[in-house]
Amino acid sequence: MELQFYHILIPFLPLAGFIINILLGKEVTRFNAHWPAVLSVAGSWVCSLFTLRDVMAGKIIDADLYTWIVSGTFKVSVGFLIDPLTAVMLIVVTTCATLIHIYAVGYMRGDSGYYRFFAYLNLFTFCMLMLIMGNNFLLMYFGWEGVGLCSYFLIGYYFNKKSAADAGKKAFIVNRFGDFGFGIGVFIVFLTFGTLHYADVFSNVSSIAGKTVSFLGWNVDLPTLIALLLFCGAVGKSAQLPLHVWLPDAMEGPTPVSALIHAATMVTAGVFMVARCSPIFNLSEVAMNTVAIVGAATSLFAATIAVTQNDIKRIIAYSTCSHLGLMFLACGVGAYAAGIFHLYTHAFFKALLFLAAGSVIHAVHTNNIQEMGGLKKYMPITYAVFIIAALSAAGVPGFSGFFSKDEIIWSAYAAHTPVGKLVWLMGTAVAFLTPFYTFRLIFLTFHGENRGVHKAEEAHGHNPHGSSHSAHGGGHNSHGHDSSHGSHGGRHIHESPKIMTIPLMILAVGAVAAGWVGIPPILGGGAHFAEFLKPVVGHPEFHGTHAEEWAVMGLSTTIALCGIALAAFMYLRKSDLPEKISKQFSLIYKVLYHKYYIDELYNYTIVKPTYWIADKVLVAITDAKIIEGIVNGVPGAIGRFSQKLRKVQTGLAQHYGIFMAAGAFFIIALALLLR
Amino acid sequence: MVPLSWYMLLSIIVFAIGVFGFLARRNVIIMFMSIELMLNAVNINLIALSHYLQDMRGQILAFFVIAVAAAEAAIGLAIIIALFRNKATAHVDEIKEMQG
Amino acid sequence: MEQQVIMNQLSYPILSTVIFLPVLGALLILLNRRSWESLTRWLALGTSIATFFLSIPLFTMFDKSTHKMQFVEKFKWIPDWNIYYFLGVDGISVLFVLLSTLTAILCVLISWESIKTKTKEFYISILLTTSFMIGVFCSLDFFLFYIFWEAMLIPMFLIIGVWGGPNRVYAAIKFFLYTLVGSLLMLVGIIVLYLYGGKTFNILELMTKTYPYTMQVWLFWAFFSAFAVKVPMWPVHTWLPDAHTEAPTAGSVILAAVLIKMGAYGFLRFSLPLFPEASVAMTPIMLTLSVIAIIYGAVICLAQTDLKRLIAYSSVSHMGFVTLGIFALNTQGLEGGILQMLNHGIVTGALFLSVGIVYDRTHTRKIADYGGLATEMPIYASFFMVFTLASIGLPATNGFIGEFLILLGGFKANQWAGVLACTGIIIGAAYMLWLYQRIFFMEVNPKLHGLVDMDVRETIILIPLIFLVFWIGVYPDSFLSFMHPSVQHLIERLNTGGVQEMNIAKTVMEVVK
Repeated sequence: MELQFYHILIPFLPLAGFIINILLGKEVTRFNAHWPAVLSVAGSWVCSLFTLRDVMAGKIIDADLYTWIVSGTFKVSVGFLIDPLTAVMLIVVTTCATLIHIYAVGYMRGDSGYYRFFAYLNLFTFCMLMLIMGNNFLLMYFGWEGVGLCSYFLIGYYFNKKSAADAGKKAFIVNRFGDFGFGIGVFIVFLTFGTLHYADVFSNVSSIAGKTVSFLGWNVDLPTLIALLLFCGAVGKSAQLPLHVWLPDAMEGPTPVSALIHAATMVTAGVFMVARCSPIFNLSEVAMNTVAIVGAATSLFAATIAVTQNDIKRIIAYSTCSHLGLMFLACGVGAYAAGIFHLYTHAFFKALLFLAAGSVIHAVHTNNIQEMGGLKKYMPITYAVFIIAALSAAGVPGFSGFFSKDEIIWSAYAAHTPVGKLVWLMGTAVAFLTPFYTFRLIFLTFHGENRGVHKAEEAHGHNPHGSSHSAHGGGHNSHGHDSSHGSHGGRHIHESPKIMTIPLMILAVGAVAAGWVGIPPILGGGAHFAEFLKPVVGHPEFHGTHAEEWAVMGLSTTIALCGIALAAFMYLRKSDLPEKISKQFSLIYKVLYHKYYIDELYNYTIVKPTYWIADKVLVAITDAKIIEGIVNGVPGAIGRFSQKLRKVQTGLAQHYGIFMAAGAFFIIALALLLR
Repeated sequence: MVPLSWYMLLSIIVFAIGVFGFLARRNVIIMFMSIELMLNAVNINLIALSHYLQDMRGQILAFFVIAVAAAEAAIGLAIIIALFRNKATAHVDEIKEMQG
Repeated sequence: MEQQVIMNQLSYPILSTVIFLPVLGALLILLNRRSWESLTRWLALGTSIATFFLSIPLFTMFDKSTHKMQFVEKFKWIPDWNIYYFLGVDGISVLFVLLSTLTAILCVLISWESIKTKTKEFYISILLTTSFMIGVFCSLDFFLFYIFWEAMLIPMFLIIGVWGGPNRVYAAIKFFLYTLVGSLLMLVGIIVLYLYGGKTFNILELMTKTYPYTMQVWLFWAFFSAFAVKVPMWPVHTWLPDAHTEAPTAGSVILAAVLIKMGAYGFLRFSLPLFPEASVAMTPIMLTLSVIAIIYGAVICLAQTDLKRLIAYSSVSHMGFVTLGIFALNTQGLEGGILQMLNHGIVTGALFLSVGIVYDRTHTRKIADYGGLATEMPIYASFFMVFTLASIGLPATNGFIGEFLILLGGFKANQWAGVLACTGIIIGAAYMLWLYQRIFFMEVNPKLHGLVDMDVRETIILIPLIFLVFWIGVYPDSFLSFMHPSVQHLIERLNTGGVQEMNIAKTVMEVVK
């Protein structure tokens, strides 16, 4: 099928929205900046639906727009590949983007950088769509870096705040570490296949199976090398161990950003990439196991941290980390469709969680759940959608999250490999922790007494945000809702406006029902989702009986319900228990609370030494002493020598005369003697 | 006919006097005259050899030397006068502006 | 010989015009009255704009299908020594002529208000530098080339030494001596070539000859000394931070945009085709130096406290990429290297222009004196952001295309070089974003309150550069297509050198058998 006009419109509509807002926003669109932004994204959404229809009809599109770079045998185009995987991603991205754009109209109202916010959001949507629609590795890299850039802009949106600027920078640089591997992976793909186009690479992929190449002096298996290098990029972008550190900090950005970029779309790019490159990953058992284990480890690791955190957005951020880990786990055991399925359901319930959290923050003006409580009666809609999202995230049967999570855990179990069993155990542990921390969050936020009234009153004077707010009046507008408006006390807590709650309700429908397209056969469904993706990512072989499947499903469901029950017990019944436990196991609590000290570790092993070398060795010694020593030293030595030599110049004519005579005598004598 | 060697001997003596005068005397004018002596010693040599070898180029060169000497005298004397006006001395030891 | 070149077909001698029009402008300014300062400025602007427009046919009329020299002008100049007035451009040099003519306009405009003393002399120097720089890129006769190469130093020396910062004399002399010492060794090399290559200075003719290997190595290092200083490669880079820091904005821009390209251009035009075997043999050393420059330049940026110094060191790092690409000796590396030279000219030139814009307001170059500028000067901040992103090689900006091709070529040539150079990209992002944060983000430094945003003149200066950043980033083909035949030709020349060696080796092996 030819590339249709509406296919091209999908990415370029948001780009147009971006250009309009960035050029005209300051003067023209200003507080109407949401019109071009929302309309363009909604337009993409409509085009995506048409595209989905095409793909459902069995059409696959792979077409080039123009040739981007040509150099010798290297040739890469700007072109689109639209297949079932792309179609699913298109729906996920444009749906979430549209709803979140609408939500942001209410959330960001009155912010001084209103047009800027929507411009960046549109740019992000453009880059994300390029990432998923590109038909070659370089275009994916383009989108990859592009979304990273928008993430940088949006995390650092409140750039007057040092922590926000730092967080944006950190996200970008940590991602660059991942991209380092990704880039080299792309080089090797080109050098191996002579092209970067997916179609050409994947159709020849079998030729590299079992091949060994020399890489930096080591002989390594070629598919393993390529897969692992590409996976480096995914580790950075999807915040997996050990490059997960940027995601929690990224919560400095406005909440719609966290929902769109750091939950629903950008961070899932890594999973998408692994699924897209599944033909390469499938060739290497080592790479697959690495993906599975990294995913499972991150999932467990992030879940344990989430249990102790107090910042509402950070908890959800760690939860995102954890869910992304589950997706990689699925990919690692070959169940790419399950991973993408979870990506798809996760987008809905996690975006919903974030937006609902944003709604809470919008109302109470703090991120600390210890200062909330009892919000149920003020914000009924938010509460309801929060519960729905949490149930979905927890994997309670019937909700979207259940079907996808169950499929992952079952795939891990059914893979029947030692690694599969290991990650299955870890996944089951996560299935316990996820409901626990999610409901801990809900109980602390919405139930019990409001602990925030008193503190919110105090915030007038000396809460850190409030004081920074009053200290520089000029910049206060740009602080927005996440940190300013200390003047609203607890008594003014109210439900968010309709423009925010309606997207929440739509997403809530998604969080419940989105998963119904992938109900497994055992529950009477048709697993349509996996069937749809099968042409792209294949389907793993399961070795399990129906009885085992029932058992695995039953176990994870029971465990999830136990998690909810434990949270209810600890935070509703015995609300002094958490504190006791944290005192009892203070060491473990501390380690978890400080996120395993990973940030500190990186700071002392990478950041500080690099800076120290730059400052104390390169500037002070190499450049200043050694190189400049030689550069200034040689002329200096010449200068000192001529200081000595100038003494010969006495200024007395007769001394010169004597030298002349002596010289003449000497030369004549020499001439005569040597004749 | 005076033999060539006599001319050359004369030339050497005059040149030696010039060298001695230049190096030993401290008065700038005297030193200047010594330089002229050296130049003229060379002239004697040139002309004598020119005659001996029957080659006119020696005499042409001698004319050049005379011309140069004249120019030198003009400039040199002007410098000496300027110097004397400034320093009120013609004693060479007291003139060491060029000391490094 | 004549089939190697395509004579100038235009109605006017385009290369001579672009070279000597600035000189004419300089003469007019010389005749102008000192008190008529604005006439001086307009004369300089008019000349540079005219030069630019007259140079545009080089872009539009260029025959992209051949590696031959085009727009050639050839006249006898000093017949006794076989010296010709011989000009021409090919795919490697043509873009730099255009870059030079564009830079001249920007330099005149950026100095419009900041140069208040000795205005006449300043604009004369700028125009003369431009003229000589274009001369360097066009000369096809070694004698002519060397004259332009050295002549360029004089106005540049004056620009730094007269209109520079407090430590300008030191910086100017350092700049002068560094480059001069390097050039003199090249002069020796040129004379050796002249004597050995049949008493000719014709570069194209010299390129067709083969030289004994040992001689190639010696000459390679003689030329290296001139080019490496200009690039500047590690460890002869220390003149650059000083010169950049002390030079007035226009001086920094000329240095960054065009002057330091001469070194890399020299490698491409002379070292590789003249000494192919030596170049191939010296690749490991050159790659090592390039990688050191990339990482060293990037890491040292982290510790800089002076805005211009930081950008100067980042140039060291970026030019490391260029030399890496060139000495990767494959198509991607070479084309990426040439493109990156252009990119670096645009981006670093733009960064120095931007620094100049803010320096005119604050008169400080210390990073610590800034902070929160995005609040005070939002438009300026967005422009600076685009150049920052281009500098760290973000896709869709020009920096990406160049760096990607270079790294691909470098990786192809030597895996270690490719991998280590990639780390330069990580550090590059770190120092540029940190710089951006310290200048534009965080709370507004009280000293900066009330700064006015960019005016029309300043915006006009930066807009063409923004345009180029995205043009090259999105559709690089309009620039890469210039290079294909020339680079292909260059690689053939390099390979035939290698093939000869191979043949010799084969013969030796057969004899042994």
